[in-house]
Amino acid sequence: MHDSDKFKIPMGPQHPALKEPEGFSVALKGEKIMGVDIRLGYNHRGIEKACEERSYIQDLYLIERVCGICSHSHSTCFVQAVEEIAGISVPKRALYIRTLVAELERVHSHLLWLGVAGHEIGFDTLLMYTWRDREIVMDILAMLTGNRVNYGINIIGGVRRDIAPEQARDILKGVDTLEERTKYYIEVASEETTLIKRLSGVGVLFYDDALRLDAVGPTARASGINRDVRRDDPYAAYSEIKFDVITDMHCDVYGRTLVRVKELMEAYKIIRQCIKNMPDGPILVKAPRKIPVGEAISRYEAPRGEDVHYVKSNGGEKPDRVKIRAPTLANVQAVKCMLKDRYLADMPIVIAAIDPCFSCTDRLVAVRNAHSSNEKILSWEALRKYGIDWHKAHGIDLALVSDNFRKRMEC
Amino acid sequence: MIRELFYILIFPGLLFVSIFSLVAEFVDRKIYARLQNRIGPPWFQTFADFVKLLGKEDVVPTAANRRMFGVAPLFALTSAVTVFLYIPLWSTESLFSFNGDIIMILYLLTVPTLAFFIGGWYSTSLYARIGSVRGVTQLFAYEVPLFMSILAATLLANTWSLSEVVVFYTTHPWYSLFNIPGFCISLIAFLGKLEKTPFDIPDAETEIVAGAFTEYSGRLLAILKLTINVEMVVGSVLFAAVFFPFGLTLGPVLGFIVFMFEVLAVVALLSLLRTVVARLRIDQMINFCWKFLVPVAFVQLLLNLIMKGILLR
Repeated sequence: MHDSDKFKIPMGPQHPALKEPEGFSVALKGEKIMGVDIRLGYNHRGIEKACEERSYIQDLYLIERVCGICSHSHSTCFVQAVEEIAGISVPKRALYIRTLVAELERVHSHLLWLGVAGHEIGFDTLLMYTWRDREIVMDILAMLTGNRVNYGINIIGGVRRDIAPEQARDILKGVDTLEERTKYYIEVASEETTLIKRLSGVGVLFYDDALRLDAVGPTARASGINRDVRRDDPYAAYSEIKFDVITDMHCDVYGRTLVRVKELMEAYKIIRQCIKNMPDGPILVKAPRKIPVGEAISRYEAPRGEDVHYVKSNGGEKPDRVKIRAPTLANVQAVKCMLKDRYLADMPIVIAAIDPCFSCTDRLVAVRNAHSSNEKILSWEALRKYGIDWHKAHGIDLALVSDNFRKRMEC
Repeated sequence: MIRELFYILIFPGLLFVSIFSLVAEFVDRKIYARLQNRIGPPWFQTFADFVKLLGKEDVVPTAANRRMFGVAPLFALTSAVTVFLYIPLWSTESLFSFNGDIIMILYLLTVPTLAFFIGGWYSTSLYARIGSVRGVTQLFAYEVPLFMSILAATLLANTWSLSEVVVFYTTHPWYSLFNIPGFCISLIAFLGKLEKTPFDIPDAETEIVAGAFTEYSGRLLAILKLTINVEMVVGSVLFAAVFFPFGLTLGPVLGFIVFMFEVLAVVALLSLLRTVVARLRIDQMINFCWKFLVPVAFVQLLLNLIMKGILLR
């Protein structure tokens, strides 16, 4: 600091602006951002590997825990891939219930985002209001599925719970209240001066850049890219439902806010149609325990953007390979472009504007050099032994520790 | 001697100011919470927070300048509390009144900001340094309209002594209506001094953690928090004394109670203001102060000059 006028400050892995660990190293000149280094990988949980070790039913519950907010997105995406491999045709009523829960989830995710965005720009009143209203949709989800976040409603071949007519009535009532509140938020977003000042012109991502950097979801739609899996490649019951894909030409954080708030209105429309047109019939067909050989890719429009799951089966009870591409991975590349020539004060809101979910994103991709001789693949036992030896070499013997512990407990 | 010590340490000095500022913080937090549809803290929360912080360990970063790091909070608190001795609280006369005390009050109010800067700068944390630089940058923007609007009111009263200003406005209550624009400006500008939204740029939590206070903990942090509260109370008392000092003529006890309610009304206005806005960026804040607040303050000054020529001839 004394020798040059360039700061390099760390934002993360632990920072009040970030809800999950993620490293941003920002080079600053005064208040201006000169460059940003992004580092993912603080929350790698080895979910893909864990999926290979468990049966399809167990995987469903594991996959649901990829993300706390869009849990239904991931589980539906996975279940669709498995059903495609197994050639199961899911009953219509089950598809409608999946769609209904998906849209309720979108409502709760977008309201959550609106609150977080408010907090990032110091507008805590917006946070408190939106999160209060979010309770309505959380209660609806808890009533439908028994849980506020990890719904566990999907199962291979259908859904686990049916919707009673009284529940449908309660949903409609809740949605009416939410619609009224959302209209108020649209009004706030288009009139409140300080809010507009902080959001418009910030984090600009033009159409070409968004295409080049492969942005997805509301981030892409706010840059004018008319792309939505629900319409382009309909899954669940979306082919029978009328809704508009919201796009915006602002290309900035303000545009992303408008897209999300207007998508809330579309979600209410979809929820009403789902309840109105829900056919009678079974909600579940029996699925085989062993899934036949095959592979499938499934796409799903999560609240944050396009979610992609790849499942490969070798004919057994467990999948051979599961690959998850969470929407944040597609969007996080664009952050660097958005932060170009911006101020430090814009950084939290620009990062928040892609609605990041870093824990869901963390997958290990190793780029291996085929010509290098240093590369080797360890078996599970060898890796375990390596770990124990490494700790012993650093003076930590866990076997000794547990022995000591046992002795002390016996005394 | 004992009387002076009583004034300085107990009433209206340190003890009274500390307790009253914690009450004011409670009022601020409660109103802020109720406006945000929350329940808010119980009445003893601010006292409990303060006592808890006092009991915590003081951690001083190894790289920090120990002396400056420790002295800055004390310096800030002392200067903020000193202001109270020069403001009339129960009658139109303050304890140590002299011609020109209003200038001194305004300058004593500037000292805490500079002390925060020094403390933040010498704590050597990157966040603290950015925060303290932001704080001082902001100082140059809000200080001018704040001073101008308060001095415009004293200009109409034709004196530099706060006690005489109070006497003037209690004998001519209608004249204080001219100062309404000045009152609005000074309220807004004062949010900058308190570092509250929309001007909480120096301690913007989501950007630079806690700004200049990032490295502070324990007793020193308690003192810093108390300083901000004292500043809020002192500022509110000053505004009440300059812009609507009507309670002060009702006799010592009643006058004091009415005046304290006026002060809490100013605190309530401050919390209302910070509820309805988002945080601005530092460049937007400076633009806003210089392009909007300063011209209005100028108009206020001009208005008061003309009024003085017409009314008080």
